[in-house]
Amino acid sequence: MATVRLAPVLRPSIGGSKQVNAQGSNLSEVLSDLYSRYPALKEQIQPEESLSRFINVYVNDQDVRFLQGLETQVGPNDTVILLPAMAGGR
Amino acid sequence: MGEASREIMRQARRQVPEWTTPKVNEALAKQHEAGREKQEIVLVDVREKHEWNEGHIPGALHVPRGYLELQVEEAVPDKEKTVVLYCAGGVRSLMAGTTLQQMGYKNVISMTGGFGAWKGNGFPFVQPRTMSEAQAKRYSRHLLVPEVGEAGQFKLLDSRVLLIGAGGLGSPAGYYLAAAGVGTIGIIDADVVDESNLQRQILHNTKRIGQYKAESARETIEALNPDVKVITYIERLDETNVAHIIADYDVIVDGTDNFPTRYLLNDAALKANKPVVHGSVFRFEGQLTVFKPYEGPCYRCLYPEPPPMALAPSCAEAGVLGVLPGIIGLLQATETIKLLLGIGDPLVGRLMTYDALVGEFNELRLFRDPNCAACGENAHLENLPTYADVCAL
Repeated sequence: MATVRLAPVLRPSIGGSKQVNAQGSNLSEVLSDLYSRYPALKEQIQPEESLSRFINVYVNDQDVRFLQGLETQVGPNDTVILLPAMAGGR
Repeated sequence: MGEASREIMRQARRQVPEWTTPKVNEALAKQHEAGREKQEIVLVDVREKHEWNEGHIPGALHVPRGYLELQVEEAVPDKEKTVVLYCAGGVRSLMAGTTLQQMGYKNVISMTGGFGAWKGNGFPFVQPRTMSEAQAKRYSRHLLVPEVGEAGQFKLLDSRVLLIGAGGLGSPAGYYLAAAGVGTIGIIDADVVDESNLQRQILHNTKRIGQYKAESARETIEALNPDVKVITYIERLDETNVAHIIADYDVIVDGTDNFPTRYLLNDAALKANKPVVHGSVFRFEGQLTVFKPYEGPCYRCLYPEPPPMALAPSCAEAGVLGVLPGIIGLLQATETIKLLLGIGDPLVGRLMTYDALVGEFNELRLFRDPNCAACGENAHLENLPTYADVCAL
């Protein structure tokens, strides 16, 4: 199972943990598995068909926008990172 | 001059050929035309440091006569080269010439009349920039680092850095950049110091509550380092002032607290071709990267759109561990110094994330988006959307 790590703002929707495991051989399947268990997460990052433009998804350290997007292959030892923009500086 | 010293001079003159200043000037000019590969003549100034500091011939090496035997082989390793020595009047260089001959240098020349005659003939000279004694002491630990050194320290002193915000990130970044001797620091911040800032915004203090942050920051920085000129802008960065303000700076340290300003700054920095050292913090986590226009991705490549309010953890209520902006702000200062000095590998195209609770740094690779609305192939910087401040403080 792939590991999914979430940025702090997204953690409340999966019950507060920093990372979870998810099933799937590509990104779309991995995310679907997560959404089935945590519907609130879908609302936050993928309310429509495609991924929201304010959220960056990395497989290992690579941005999936420059791989195959939702079709990007995800192996059992891969780490998916969900990272929305942060602005705090004060 | 006594008889013995006159005799030494006579001996030296028989041994060491002399060139007049016009002849040296001509030889150097020819060599300059021939280009770098044909550097057959090495010019060595054998005067004392204080004489050198008052002016010397461009391109000369400085090996004071007192250190000649110890240093010249390092300065001029090739003993076949033509070594032209000069001093102030042509006497010390003649005697230095005999020493070089003893050391095995084959073609040693002494310049008659020395630097005095050179200057008198109206030939070019340069006056090296010298550090005051106080500066040499203050920056001594930088001077010891070969990658910084005296030349690097002068670069820092000549540099201009703009801090967007004198808050959590701007405080540590600005404080250390001032300590490092960055000569001009601009600070734009329209807010006043609030008690709740003091848990992390170390440029301010309890007595300054209610004062403009930019002014408070100036007081702290000027007390730390009188070399630093602080320019304050007590206003918010917006479409009307951004281009004008950033135009004067070499590097911009982005420590803002909201998305609209970050997009505004990104677009203006692209237009003005200024690197932005980007940092942001939230609770226990921080992010850091360097946006170098057209060399790496820009902020819109990374985040084409700002998140909706619910996902925008930029408001004061989100909270942050007080030390966290200290870490990220100092990493921003470090990246800034690297950019100013042109050393190391700046964090261009790499997003560094820090998780304080786990105690872990991670790095994500960022790419320039060829379809980026701001820096992509068909970008129009004029037509980019701006955003309302969803959580203005």
